[in-house]
Parts: sequence; C-alpha cells; structure tokens
Amino acid sequence: MLRLENISLTVNNNGESKDILNNINISFVPGKLYGITGPNGGGKTSIAKTIMGIFKPNTGSIYLNEEDISDLDVAERAKKGIAYAFQQPPRFKGLTVEDLLKIARPDIETMEMRKTIRDVGLCPEDYLARDLGPGLSGGEMKRIEIAQVLTRNAEISIFDEPEAGVDLWTIQRLIFAIMQNFKTRPDATAIIITHNENVLPLCDEIIVVEDGEISAIGKPDEVWSLIREEIECQRRNECRGEMLNEIQ
Amino acid sequence: MKFNSLDWELLGAITELNELPKGAINIRKDGEAIVRNSSPNITISSFIDKPGIIVEIKPETKDESVHVPVLLTNSGLKDKVYNTFIVGENADITIIAGCGIHNESHADSAHDGIHEIIVKKGARMKYIEKHYGQGKGKGKRIFNPTTIIRVEEDGVAELEMVQIEGVDDTIRPTTAYVGKKASLTIVERLLTHGEQKAESDVKIYIEGEGGAAQILSRSIARDTSEQVFRAAMIGQTECLGHVECDSIIMGNAKIKAVPELVAESADAVLTHEAAIGKIAGEQLIKLMSLGLTEPEAIDTILEGFLR
Ligand SMILES: Nc1ncnc2c1ncn2[C@@H]1O[C@H](COP(=O)(O)OP(=O)(O)OP(=O)(O)O)[C@@H](O)[C@H]1O
Ligand SMILES: [Mg+2]
Repeated sequence: MLRLENISLTVNNNGESKDILNNINISFVPGKLYGITGPNGGGKTSIAKTIMGIFKPNTGSIYLNEEDISDLDVAERAKKGIAYAFQQPPRFKGLTVEDLLKIARPDIETMEMRKTIRDVGLCPEDYLARDLGPGLSGGEMKRIEIAQVLTRNAEISIFDEPEAGVDLWTIQRLIFAIMQNFKTRPDATAIIITHNENVLPLCDEIIVVEDGEISAIGKPDEVWSLIREEIECQRRNECRGEMLNEIQ
Repeated sequence: MKFNSLDWELLGAITELNELPKGAINIRKDGEAIVRNSSPNITISSFIDKPGIIVEIKPETKDESVHVPVLLTNSGLKDKVYNTFIVGENADITIIAGCGIHNESHADSAHDGIHEIIVKKGARMKYIEKHYGQGKGKGKRIFNPTTIIRVEEDGVAELEMVQIEGVDDTIRPTTAYVGKKASLTIVERLLTHGEQKAESDVKIYIEGEGGAAQILSRSIARDTSEQVFRAAMIGQTECLGHVECDSIIMGNAKIKAVPELVAESADAVLTHEAAIGKIAGEQLIKLMSLGLTEPEAIDTILEGFLR
C-alpha cells in the first residue's frame, strides 16, 4: 500500500514561492486501478513526481507498505518498486529502445521485450534498434515510455496521460496493455493520470485534483456525474457567454 | 614476434584485435614496423625518403580490410610518420588505423601521423582511426594526426575518428576534396577530461557536381578540458553539404564550435546544426526512475552519446 500523508509542495519559481500541492492525503491499495483527473495545472503530475521522489514535499510523508520512504531518492524508490511513465518522456541521443528496456529491467528476455513493444502497438523489428533521439515521433516516444514501465512489473505503476499524443487507434490498445499487465499481478497498484472519458470509467476509483487539492474521490459513476455537471454548468453559463461575446 | 601484453592491450583498445588478422597488416611500434604482411590485392611498402608506408589497394578488390595500427610504448618518443593509402577503382575496403600510446614517464610521447588517402573512381572506403592513451606518468600523450583525403568521381568514403581516453593533447587538421557525384562522411567522437586539450579543424571542398559531404561530430568535455571544433564546408558547385556538431559539456570544461559554410555556387546547398549543452536534468531523472544511481545514469548517457 502506498500512502501520502499531509503532502504539501511549494516550488521556488524565479524567486517567488508557489504553492503547488496543499495537504494531500490519499492511500492507494493493492489490486486497484486509480484514475487521477482534473484541470490542467491542477497538480496531477506534481503528485506523481512527489511519489517518485522527483519533487521533495515541504511537509508530509510517503509510506510504502508502512515504510517511510520520504527520504529515499528517485533511484532508491525505483528499486523499492515504484515506476513512473513521464507525461513528456525525455529523448536520449545514442540510446536505443532496446537499451532503455534493458535498463528498465536488466534481466529481460528478448521474447518479452518484443512482446511489450508489440503490446504498445509497435513492431519490434522496426523499433527495438531505433535511437531515442529526435527521430522518433511524440506518440512513438509515449508508447515506448509506457512499454518501459510495463516491463518493470513494479508494485506501483504510474502512467501520466498515457493517451496524450497517441492516435485514436492505439489508445484502446495501450489501456488494454496497462490493464492486462496490472490484472495479472494482484499485489500491484496502477495509477493512470488521464483526461480520457473512456479510460476513467475503467478505474476502480477516481481522484479529482484541482488547485493542488483533492476536490473529489470516489467510484467512477459518482465522481463522473459530478464532473459532468460541473462541465455542463460551465458550458451553459460563463464560457459560452464569454466566448460569444469575444466572437462578437 | 615482439608483442607483450601491453602491446596487446593497446592494440585491443584501438583495433579490437586480440590476434593477428589474416590479410594485409602493418604494425608500427616505437618507430619501426614490427609486423608487415601484404596480401594479393593489397601491397604495403615503405617510403624511401621518409618514415611511413604506402598502402595500395588494387582496383576491384572487394570486402577486404587492412590494419595499420601504431603503438608507442617508449616514453619520450616523438614519432612522425607518413601514411599514404591509394584505394583502386571500384574497390570496396575497410582501413583500420589508430594509435595507442603508453607513457609511464615524465617525458612527453607524441605521434604525428600524416595521412593521405586517395579514393579512386567508383571505390568505397571506410577508414577507422582510434586514438588511445594510457600510463600514469606525468609526460603527456600527444597526437597530431593530419589527414588529407581525395574522393574521386562516384567514390564513397567514410572516416570515423574516435578518441575516447587518455589523450592529453591533440590537434587534428583534416582536409578533404570531394569529386563529381562522390560522397564523404566524417564521423568524429571525442571525449576529453582532466586538463586535456583537443582541437579539430576540418575543411571539406566539394569540387565535383553532385558531390555530397557531411561532418557528424559528437563530443563530451569534462572537468577542465578544452575543445575547439572548426568545420568548414566549401561548396564549389551543385552539391550537398551538412555540418553537425553536438556536444555535452560538464564541470568547468570549455567547448568552442565553429561551423562554417562557404557557398561558391548558387547550386550549393549547405546546412549546419550545432548544439552545446549539459546533460538534461530530465534525462538523469528518467534513468534514475528506472533504478540507476546518478553516476550510473551519467555514464549511460555519455556512453550512448559517443556510440
Ligand atoms: N518545476 C516547477 N516550477 C514551477 N511551477 C511548477 C513546476 N512544476 C509544476 N509547476 C506548476 O504547478 C502546477 C501544477 O502542475 P502539474 O504539472 O502538476 O499539473 P497537472 O495537473 O499535471 O496539469 P496537466 O493536466 O496540464 O498535465 C502548475 O501551475 C504548474 O505551472
Ligand atoms: Mg500533468
């Protein structure tokens, strides 16, 4: 179980301090698939980065199976079983897809590596030897990023907008790959940060993050109707009016 | 044969050989040729008036290679050598050159190689040159290779120049002439650390119509090392030329990259790309999130970059 207790995060932005997360408390239990959603800039990626150890919170603690991992660095958390698929995966000139998968899991067998690449909708013959430099498209980078987290079979896997920049034909396939990987491992927890309304209903629980806080948490049908209402309401009232005004 | 384990170590580092290959080979150690074999298609002979060798590859020779490594193990030695390679028409050949210096003393060891390469009409050549230095002495390990290459009509040449370890000082002028419909690629890989200095000065003249040339340089400068990279692409006719230099800078190192494009014809298409930067924080974090420590992540990024 992964538990975030009273997590607050402030960053220093050009000399000005900026509050990003405010008193976040959540528990992620094994065997569940979580969806995190909410408006742009709400703090979803910041939560993921705080779990991975990339961001250090100002207050609060993080526990993995009741062990306090707050002081562990990124690599140590990775070794403890946390994996994070970046929203914007960085490129590496000179490293191939195969190199990266082998770093993600040094003992990976060729067959499994090929299968994972196929699972994310890419052809192993074409892609394993490809350089992770500027020659890969954004969507390709994204799929490789997901493949890499899948190969790790981590206890906690976080996918940050796996659907972003990925074509309509492949989104279903990616989600299926994530679900498959997770379903075969009853002790695993998967967290998907997403804006996709086809993905959210598949989750066991949805967490809505707004302005650095958790504004709602619950089963998809409960939370989904809340979000719907809010969006509808916005559409009817302010936005439409404002937009029309601007157009005129 | 006058080989000891140190010689093999140096040979391994520059040529990846662990036994003498069949075919043409010339090994120069401390100023003299200790191994020389010609093959039916490749003759190696000495210059009469100066130190060095002439390697002649017969026309139409296919899929052969020739090794011409140089070893310096006598400290304080300054070795100057002239090597000429003539690749006959329509031949297809790989030349493996390179130099390894072992210096345990406080006197400088230097190797100045002057290489002249002629790739005749329709021939294909790949030339690989690795430089490697080792030894704990305070004496410097210095390489100053000068290369002049001419690629004749329809010829295809690729030069791969690698210097990854242990070379204190290097100045490397390269001048190339590219003929009609010929093509030349120069790939450079360079790593400097400590107080090392490296200077590379490449000039490519594309003289023949339809000629193409590119320089692809990747380098890493660590500690307080300094690098200067000058690359001039001179297009004298309808041609394609591209210069690319990409560097990672670390510590208190200095890198100067000067790409230069000179078009002497309205039909010359010349481009360049140059980038110098440190390792991106995102890259380190990505690899650490896969379980690598920070030093391991740095090594992985650097190794990949120079591959
Ligand atoms: N390193 C940083 N420095 C300054 N501000 C930051 C930094 N990282 C994030 N922020 C700010 O924190 C807030 C939350 O960002 P975060 O990336 O967590 O949002 P998000 O919910 O993932 O948004 P999106 O849906 O657009 O991905 C934003 O206002 C963002 O500008
Ligand atoms: Mg985000």
